[in-house]
Amino acid sequence: MSKPDHEIPGLRLSGEFSYSERPLFRDLVLELLPGSWTCLLGSSGIGKSTLLRLIAGLETGGSFSGSISASDNLPVDGRVAYMAQSDLLLPWLTVRQNVSLGASLRREPQDHAKIDHLIRKVGLEEYTSSKPGELSGGMRQRCALARTLMENAPLILLDEPFSALDPVTRRQMQALASYTLQDRTVLLVTHDLAEALRLGSRIYAMSHGTLEQFDLPACRSIRELDDPVMMDIQPRIFSVLNA
Amino acid sequence: MKPRPDSPSLIRVWEILFAGLLMILIWQAVVWATQVESFILPGPLAVFRAFVSQFALIWHHTLITAIEVLIGLALGVTAGILTALHLTISERGRKLVMPALVMSQTIPVFALAPLLTLWLGYGLASKIAMAILIVYFPVTSTFLDGLTNTPRDYLDLARTMRSPNRSTLMQIQVPAAVPSLTSGIRLAAVYAPIGAVIGEWVGASNGLGYLMLLANGRVKIDLMFAALIALCLLTVTIRAVVGMLCNRAEKWSGLTDRN
Repeated sequence: MSKPDHEIPGLRLSGEFSYSERPLFRDLVLELLPGSWTCLLGSSGIGKSTLLRLIAGLETGGSFSGSISASDNLPVDGRVAYMAQSDLLLPWLTVRQNVSLGASLRREPQDHAKIDHLIRKVGLEEYTSSKPGELSGGMRQRCALARTLMENAPLILLDEPFSALDPVTRRQMQALASYTLQDRTVLLVTHDLAEALRLGSRIYAMSHGTLEQFDLPACRSIRELDDPVMMDIQPRIFSVLNA
Repeated sequence: MKPRPDSPSLIRVWEILFAGLLMILIWQAVVWATQVESFILPGPLAVFRAFVSQFALIWHHTLITAIEVLIGLALGVTAGILTALHLTISERGRKLVMPALVMSQTIPVFALAPLLTLWLGYGLASKIAMAILIVYFPVTSTFLDGLTNTPRDYLDLARTMRSPNRSTLMQIQVPAAVPSLTSGIRLAAVYAPIGAVIGEWVGASNGLGYLMLLANGRVKIDLMFAALIALCLLTVTIRAVVGMLCNRAEKWSGLTDRN
């Protein structure tokens, strides 16, 4: 029901980016596999969020030359849903109104059945009329997830959406996101290696202007970290991040 | 959802009453100590007597001033809101109009009062115009400030949702600017009576400003003080009601009491 109607495209970004003549990255290639999770890993301030904002078509304050294209050759703009570290729930709207914000802004008719379905899916059915100020951090992120799903976009951009949560809630949110966003093309920006290993099919480790690609064995949902493959790959990713 | 104890507001009421009482006591003490003539500074008791004996007269003029203030406040706030909305949409408008608006604030409103009386006559219109003029700028500038400082994250979200500018303005920027607007309206509620009374001083046959000048001219200083106190009470009442409405709007916006 919440799946997008069309074939899910992958995405490819290539080019260079600079802030007032100072290059942030050159000859960069980032490829998101269709219908799976790609994680962009790197320490704070290295430019992860900038890449994500470029794809989302948001203001970055720098200049980019290159191309961002979807594998089905349709425009990327308008097919992206975005979820940030802060939940971005509007404090004057109820949970229900926040979930349906996109349609309300675009003045489209509200799909009430779908709103109810998604609110149930993230477990907030008893809080539909509550305002964000009355919810816990985890509940707020679940509401933000429902709002993201409501957009029905094939490309999902997640900018450290779980980093402000406590470890237990974070784990629950990762599982919920992995379940609800399966079959979408997801880019997750994170500085948490464990999170990237648990969720990603592909990991890009970012360090000063370069991206190193690691493909992980296929897995239906969340990976456990004691998997031998995971044990093997961790030091290799760390060596890139430390470079 | 936690029940909020209402004791703080009760404490505030006591504080205000106590401060008022203290002022009256100091006033009486000065009158006793200096033995000043009652036509220079009447004591609080004399003023209270004038207030009671001339109550009908004071009430009549208070109502006139109240009508001027309320109409001026409503129109000034509306004009301020509309201007701020327009300037938010139009960047060119902002560049052209804002400097002119700021410049206009260097003209003392007092200086305009005689002109307004000349143009609009001795009736209500010139006083309402004064109140509008004095209220308009703080409302416009505070609301515009709020509208142009919407958190960038909210605007990013709207952008990825392909929100038309108009929807972003009405559904995100305006609600997010409610606390700025209410701080402007709170100022306006205190300024509006000043505007109306200045208008009455310059030329009127009704209103508290007129009554004050009249009493002054006839050396009825106790009546003048009584009118002044009526003006204070009027301003405090309007400020309290406006403050209550503003609190309600802020509570709705969810932008206060956020931790």
